[in-house]
Amino acid sequence: MFLAPRRLCSFGSSAKFLKTIYPSNILGLPTSAKMSLKLKNARRIEGLDSNMWVEFTKLAADPSVVNLGQGLPDISPPIHVKEELSKVAAIDGMNQYTRGFGHPSLVTALSCLYEKFYPNKINPNKEILVTVGAYGSLFSAIQGLIDEGDEVIIIMPFFDCYEPMVRMVGATPVFIPLRSKPVDGKKWSSSDWTLDPQELASKFSSKTKAIIVNTPHNPMGKVYTKEELQVIADLCIKYDTLCISDEVYEWLVYTGNKHFKIATFPGMWERTITIGSAGKTFSVTGWKLGWSIGPSYLIKHLQTVQQNTIYTCATPLQEALAQAFWIDIKRMDDPECYFNSLPKELEVKRDRMVRLLESVGLRPIVPDGGYFIIADVSLLDADLSEMNNNEPYDYKFVKWMTKNKKLSAIPVSAFCNSEAKLQFEKFVRFCFIKKDSTLDAAEEIFKAWKNQKS
Amino acid sequence: MGLVMTLTQSSRLGLEAGCSVFLEQGLCLPYPALKASRSPGWDGLLPTLCLSLRVEFIKLASENETVNLGQGFPDFAPPDFAMEAFQHAVSGDFMLNQYTKAFGYPPLTKVLADFFGKLLGQEMEPLKNVLVTVGAYGALFTAFQALVDEGDEVIIIEPYFDCYEPMTLMAGGRPVFVPLKPSPSQDGELDYSSNWQLDPTELANKFTSRTKALVLNTPSNPLGKVFSKAELELVASLCQQHDVVCISDEVYQWLVFDGNQHISIASLPGMWERTLTIGSAGKTFSATGWKVGWVLGPDQLMKHLRTVHQNSIFHCPTQAQAAVAWSFEREQQHFGQPSSYFVQLLQATQHKRDHVTRSLQSVGLRPVIPQGSYFLITDISDFKSKMPNLPGAEDEAYDRRFVKWMIKNKPSSAL
Repeated sequence: MFLAPRRLCSFGSSAKFLKTIYPSNILGLPTSAKMSLKLKNARRIEGLDSNMWVEFTKLAADPSVVNLGQGLPDISPPIHVKEELSKVAAIDGMNQYTRGFGHPSLVTALSCLYEKFYPNKINPNKEILVTVGAYGSLFSAIQGLIDEGDEVIIIMPFFDCYEPMVRMVGATPVFIPLRSKPVDGKKWSSSDWTLDPQELASKFSSKTKAIIVNTPHNPMGKVYTKEELQVIADLCIKYDTLCISDEVYEWLVYTGNKHFKIATFPGMWERTITIGSAGKTFSVTGWKLGWSIGPSYLIKHLQTVQQNTIYTCATPLQEALAQAFWIDIKRMDDPECYFNSLPKELEVKRDRMVRLLESVGLRPIVPDGGYFIIADVSLLDADLSEMNNNEPYDYKFVKWMTKNKKLSAIPVSAFCNSEAKLQFEKFVRFCFIKKDSTLDAAEEIFKAWKNQKS
Repeated sequence: MGLVMTLTQSSRLGLEAGCSVFLEQGLCLPYPALKASRSPGWDGLLPTLCLSLRVEFIKLASENETVNLGQGFPDFAPPDFAMEAFQHAVSGDFMLNQYTKAFGYPPLTKVLADFFGKLLGQEMEPLKNVLVTVGAYGALFTAFQALVDEGDEVIIIEPYFDCYEPMTLMAGGRPVFVPLKPSPSQDGELDYSSNWQLDPTELANKFTSRTKALVLNTPSNPLGKVFSKAELELVASLCQQHDVVCISDEVYQWLVFDGNQHISIASLPGMWERTLTIGSAGKTFSATGWKVGWVLGPDQLMKHLRTVHQNSIFHCPTQAQAAVAWSFEREQQHFGQPSSYFVQLLQATQHKRDHVTRSLQSVGLRPVIPQGSYFLITDISDFKSKMPNLPGAEDEAYDRRFVKWMIKNKPSSAL
């Protein structure tokens, strides 16, 4: 059913070798021009060099700017997590290589935790891979399972790395947008944004290798319902495709919502890679640890990628993460458990952000999960005439807002492919996993903004 | 045929509690049999053998009471200042728990640019000429993916660190091997890694119009060879003549014995613009588990590595980078002095090399005395003539059988 990509199989002589001759004396080129012929990039990264984070994090680096852009917490990680890392840092024996596919105590903890949510047992050695962040899991999954010429369905807006990672393996991304129902008078919610089932079905073909699902969703904060995931699952089964399920925000689900794991649906374990993140689970994005969970015959290909890319992740961080997990696994029904306390804390911040954004006439979409909120900024009708005309509206707006209001955010069209930028260019993303003083500073900015308008 | 042993065992023999932790933590699984059945022609491939070799031997070593001289990492702690640096990084500013800059934690890229800029005789800018990666392994992967295209040839010098071949293949490239060969030595004469050399004509013939890169490893694993200036000049002139990138794996650069000198090929005339120099905090500070490595090179090449990096892992963990930055800052102050960790580690490792060499000789084995790194290989052909029929599978190479026999019968393991 799922063959490993040719790239991992091309150890034989099946590759065609082009006999292009560059004899320097015949071409008679000077050395510097001759250098540029060969010292160039491999084709796989052609066109993938730009990255909006580099541009926008630079803009927000000005210390006078209140940074609600990049998705990193400025709150402290929980005490028990910091303590475990301090303890591990004092142990001599934790400074050398550990098991390549995941430090034993960590994969055991992950298996124990996630078995609570799956009908099947999870083999820690064969069905789990620990990676360099969820980013690394996405990379390993795409490199390990997707081949040149395959199609991969990506739902817009999408976490921006999905598209370049798919292109890097020579596959074709096939996009489908979330679309909003009309919501006159009602508070706009991320649940109002859905996939049209017929439109989704039309995106599947015999070339479709996988669909990438992100729930809770970045940037929208949508938490897919059971029914919505069932539609996706039915199509995956019908077309025999893989599902790469990015669930990094799985614990950040607000009142009235529930996180569903598509891999637990009938017929889905065998075709799903589920990705998680320590950074998002424990507010430690700088630890860069993530994991992939799935059936052994899929995970083994991710493991092959791992052994030919980074080989193993950092030992002390994995050990500390394992210990932190054990603490919270033991108290999962307790409000003190971080998996329960963080979403409670963030729901308050979410509600505050909704009020702040509405107070200046921005129209937020209330997220059901995650730690981002997007808002329609077009009603403000800000004067963006001094900004670069070649850019989408939201890029101009964010740059204008950073410069003039000292508040940064991220344009949502950055999470869309080039053709669909117009669909989402009125929206801007704000991150709210920020300490109260940061949100207070944002509140001051919004108040002053509002007063300026009236 | 040879056997690889690592010199990072502390000088007390006998299995310590610390050792057993690493024996249990096996390396990756071999390429699964199921994959081979889908893709005929996989069987018998060297990388498969090398990796499954390690897994097999690690397992055997753990099942028997052994002194593990096989796997390449220290069984002693990093130096105190490095441990303190890491402890400080994890218990200080809590924002070090969050993402840092994608291409490297700024104090680390700055100190690497300063430190290596001086060594390479090159003005280096942290943002343009330095990339921090997940170990030197991650640096190698990033370099191959950035530059090697389908059909490109990559020259690899044998014996080689095993990942060079699968990384070349994963990028669609074709590995082209050229062996280091020992000059014949008389009976009773010691064999040195410097005795193992490339044949210049043979090397030159390996370059074709399709050659994209040459992988250089000095000091080398497993041989421990430290390439001389003349040898590097030969490689350099061929790289320039054929417009080839040199990927220079210099992770053991501080472990160079007997007054030999490590030379970075990037410092030779005409080479900076076509060389990627790879280093490792794990090997530098005896902290392999931190998985911090780096690539140094010209912006015109580094920008392609940055593209791969931002589309593969994007960021490396922050705190380990902070610890490495502080450790380098400390070493900068002590550089070249007896208090330098690089000086002390070198002296200790040279002592271990001499100790292990004498032990091997005392049982009739013939080690190849390494000029650098913390590995040595030893010739077991005398044993083969005395004990040709060791138990093992029909097509199993003698050195594999020898190691298994040694693990079971003599309490020590190697590769």
